[in-house]
Amino acid sequence: MDNILSILVFFPAIAGLLGFVVDKDSARAYGITVAAIEFILSLWLWFSFDTGNAGMQFVELIPLIPDMGISYYMGVDGISLFILLMSTLMTLIGMASMGETKNIKNMIVTLLFLEMTMVGVFVALDAILFYLFWELSLVPMLYIIGAWGGPLRVYASIKFFLYTFTGSLIMLVGMLFVAYIYHNLTGVWSFAITDWYALVLPVDYQLWLFAAFFVGFAIKVPMFPFHTWIPYAHGQAPTIGSVILAAVLLKMGTYGFIRFSLPMFPDASVMAITPIAVISIIMIIYTAMIAYAQKDMKQVIAYSSVSHMGIIMLGLFAMNAEGLSGSVFQMLSHGIVSGALFMLVGMIYERRHTKLLSEFGGLTAVMPKFAIIFGIMLMASVGLPLTFGFVGEFLVLLGFYQVSPMMTILAGTSIILGAVYMLRVMKLAFFGPLNNEENKKLKDLNARETWSLIPLVAIVIWLGVYPKPVLAPIDNSVKALLTFMDEKAITDEAKDMIKVAKTSTSTQEAK
Amino acid sequence: MLEPIHVSLESLNLITLAPMLIAIAGGLIILILDLINGKLHKSLYVMMTILILFIDFGAVLGLNINERGFFDVMLIDGISIISQLMIIGGSMIFIPLALTSKRFHEYSYPEFFALFLFMISGFQFMVATDNLILIFVGIETASLALYTLIALHNRSNSYEAAVKYFTMGALAAAFFAMGSAVVYALTGSIELYKVAEVMATRLNETGLMISIFGSSVLLLAAFAFKLSLFPFHTWAPDVYEGASAPLAGYMSVIPKIAAFVVSIRLFGMYIDLGVEWIRIVILVMAVLTMTLANIMALVQNDVKRMLAYSSISHAGFIMAALALDTTEGNTAIFLYYGLFMFTNLGAFTMLWISRHKKRMFGERYDHPYEKFAGLVQIMPIGAVLMGIFMLSLAGVPPFSVFWGKIYVMQATVNAGYIWLAIVMGLNSAIAAYYYLKLIVYMFLKSPVKDVDTVYYNISRPLMVIIGLATVATVTAIFYVQPLLSYLYYMVSASGY
Repeated sequence: MDNILSILVFFPAIAGLLGFVVDKDSARAYGITVAAIEFILSLWLWFSFDTGNAGMQFVELIPLIPDMGISYYMGVDGISLFILLMSTLMTLIGMASMGETKNIKNMIVTLLFLEMTMVGVFVALDAILFYLFWELSLVPMLYIIGAWGGPLRVYASIKFFLYTFTGSLIMLVGMLFVAYIYHNLTGVWSFAITDWYALVLPVDYQLWLFAAFFVGFAIKVPMFPFHTWIPYAHGQAPTIGSVILAAVLLKMGTYGFIRFSLPMFPDASVMAITPIAVISIIMIIYTAMIAYAQKDMKQVIAYSSVSHMGIIMLGLFAMNAEGLSGSVFQMLSHGIVSGALFMLVGMIYERRHTKLLSEFGGLTAVMPKFAIIFGIMLMASVGLPLTFGFVGEFLVLLGFYQVSPMMTILAGTSIILGAVYMLRVMKLAFFGPLNNEENKKLKDLNARETWSLIPLVAIVIWLGVYPKPVLAPIDNSVKALLTFMDEKAITDEAKDMIKVAKTSTSTQEAK
Repeated sequence: MLEPIHVSLESLNLITLAPMLIAIAGGLIILILDLINGKLHKSLYVMMTILILFIDFGAVLGLNINERGFFDVMLIDGISIISQLMIIGGSMIFIPLALTSKRFHEYSYPEFFALFLFMISGFQFMVATDNLILIFVGIETASLALYTLIALHNRSNSYEAAVKYFTMGALAAAFFAMGSAVVYALTGSIELYKVAEVMATRLNETGLMISIFGSSVLLLAAFAFKLSLFPFHTWAPDVYEGASAPLAGYMSVIPKIAAFVVSIRLFGMYIDLGVEWIRIVILVMAVLTMTLANIMALVQNDVKRMLAYSSISHAGFIMAALALDTTEGNTAIFLYYGLFMFTNLGAFTMLWISRHKKRMFGERYDHPYEKFAGLVQIMPIGAVLMGIFMLSLAGVPPFSVFWGKIYVMQATVNAGYIWLAIVMGLNSAIAAYYYLKLIVYMFLKSPVKDVDTVYYNISRPLMVIIGLATVATVTAIFYVQPLLSYLYYMVSASGY
């Protein structure tokens, strides 16, 4: 199946359309089945993926609007493959563990459309196609937050939409300008990213364009000081909304940096290392401190995920294979771990209808399974060795150490600070005396909840112990990217900064 | 003794007049039908109108490009053909909105349909000539018919709208006449191609710039009224509110296409002559129009008024494309309206089916946002479709207006106006808020009144129209390419 990417994109969309017809009592089973098929299809993509090939695979190219240079252009490489897999996995698990019962059919249909846009973003190789899926992904999320969220849901959903929409329109102008430069040089319009890669831009153009794309991506990541929408979005969103938002939608921003900013503007990226590193360190430390001060369990995880996105951003701008691979790997681990943590918080919220830490304490006694799984995920989030979270974080710090040891030390506090606020959650919620009467009657996880979390626990441990199957293809594509950036860079500083790896050291170290 | 004038029939090239004559004859046929039998149902008149427009459409398609006719008064170039096709096509899809399940006053008169056809012939005259007098005649024919159509809605604020529109229209007509008079005084000609020739030779004369300035200011004011550009836009929201929803939707597209064609001819000429400041004035007006109309739209309580401001803002967007004076820019005007037409048709039809005789939500507004609260629970499909139309208007891909928007922005960047593209981008972001407001009401709030309030007027023909608008909005990605290459070919063939 050479056109498996199209199938992956349109299968959930068609299923979503047909889902309108399905009876509402069966909607949930329908959704889970569709998501499972989609996940199996994406696994198939992985197995038929040639891990030795660093370039784009399963490429499809159909011109749609040749006069504007817009085409239906898709492909997948080692970087996008695993983010795609994570998206389909998290949609499946999120749906399976979902406790929502209100308007369940609308929720399933919305999630299926959302899945289409998520897969679409990660496989699009045409800038307009990318933009199309990027913008479309806002609509289902708006609906999920707005219709199933907490008391401030409408405000939160509009804030989420307008923030991202504004940023992406600036990005669109940037895209148009790149296409215009391409048009000036070659005489034809093209929005194909691979065509754009061939452009060698003067440094001042690169800086402006980098800024335009930066606005779009940074709001999505979200980078300090554009992060203010995320506490509202997470605070008000239903569990499934937070899971998808943290696991996948935020990754769109960091993925955008890899796909667009780094290869297209290598010199500007090198110049941006220091400012971005400073912002990332602010994100890491400042949001970790905010996380520590939160009274609400969900907000702790929301802020911790901003903090972890700081690590990912730092890795992206390390300009060497360790940093970049670690960063991509951290995207995966953050997606799975924070998704799982949001699911866990959602489960306790369904039982108690509160997320306040002060309401809990001593839960280990009544909910042992819950406490164990929460503990594992918490350790992974902190970055304990032999868990999923460690590999990426370690590689990022290792990579950035070559850029600036001082900043790396500051960024390394993330592990300490992460442990501080996470263990505080652990202490307040799970240990201590079981004082609250209401907590004594709490039921432990039921079969559905347990079985939707077990695969995540398995992945967290498996990839923490043996990351090579995932890390090797990522590393492969990352190295190709770095070689390409190095060739393309025009300033000497950029050529010095971008380290082209010769041997695959990173995978060995990770083990 | 007067010399007899010898004119051969062939040199008149009467076929260039055929499309307008078909529309006029069609209007007369409808009046005659009424004379013979006064009890005919409106559905007959609607269908007759569509059929006459169909013949009209065919007659336009059959015209050759770049011909003149009727003492060289008629000019059939590419933009006149595509604009006539759009005017006729747009009219064909708007007129079936008369087929509501409830009875509305104006549609029981066959005169409504006759006037409608006369109006179309007026628009066709406007676009199919470069003679200032014939343009004037076309504008007046169309406008007078349109005022009457608005007033026929038989409500106090319809009369208000008609009178307001009439007064403003008369003022605009006066400006146009005065501007044309100055042009004639300068060049001794009222045909634009001759005007351009004479002006080009006289451009360096001292003191002439003042007169050129005067003529262009007057003409610009006239068309700013017609296109509802800032600061001449204030009539638009009131008129849209007073007119019935189908007419309001119609007014936001079709008359503007006609006015844009004349603007391309007029102001394109000035810009080509090197009168650079007119480009600057148009750009400033365009930027102010889109920005201020957007800000005004934010604070509206009525969906129809919001859509009125939004269509003013869209007009500003397109006006910016006009100022570029490139083939791409001019193509963008037609592409944008072609795509915008269907989305707007859908949105106004949705308003139309929710129209009541009485105002059920307060005294002031017909379509306050509360009316649509919780629409997803009352009429899920209707809510989803309205949501799609709103997203399309906001410029969310892959819906139709996005492709128009991106083409306008592409043309803008290509002409070197990066700042303008950024202004357009920011304006789209502002606009997203008020479109989103309606979506929020429809999807995220609970209904406030009884269930039957919303889909009051729906009938099968209206459902077909909404379906058509939806298909055209959603599948735009597939037909943009052929549409664009046809429009581009036609625009470049007529030398703009």
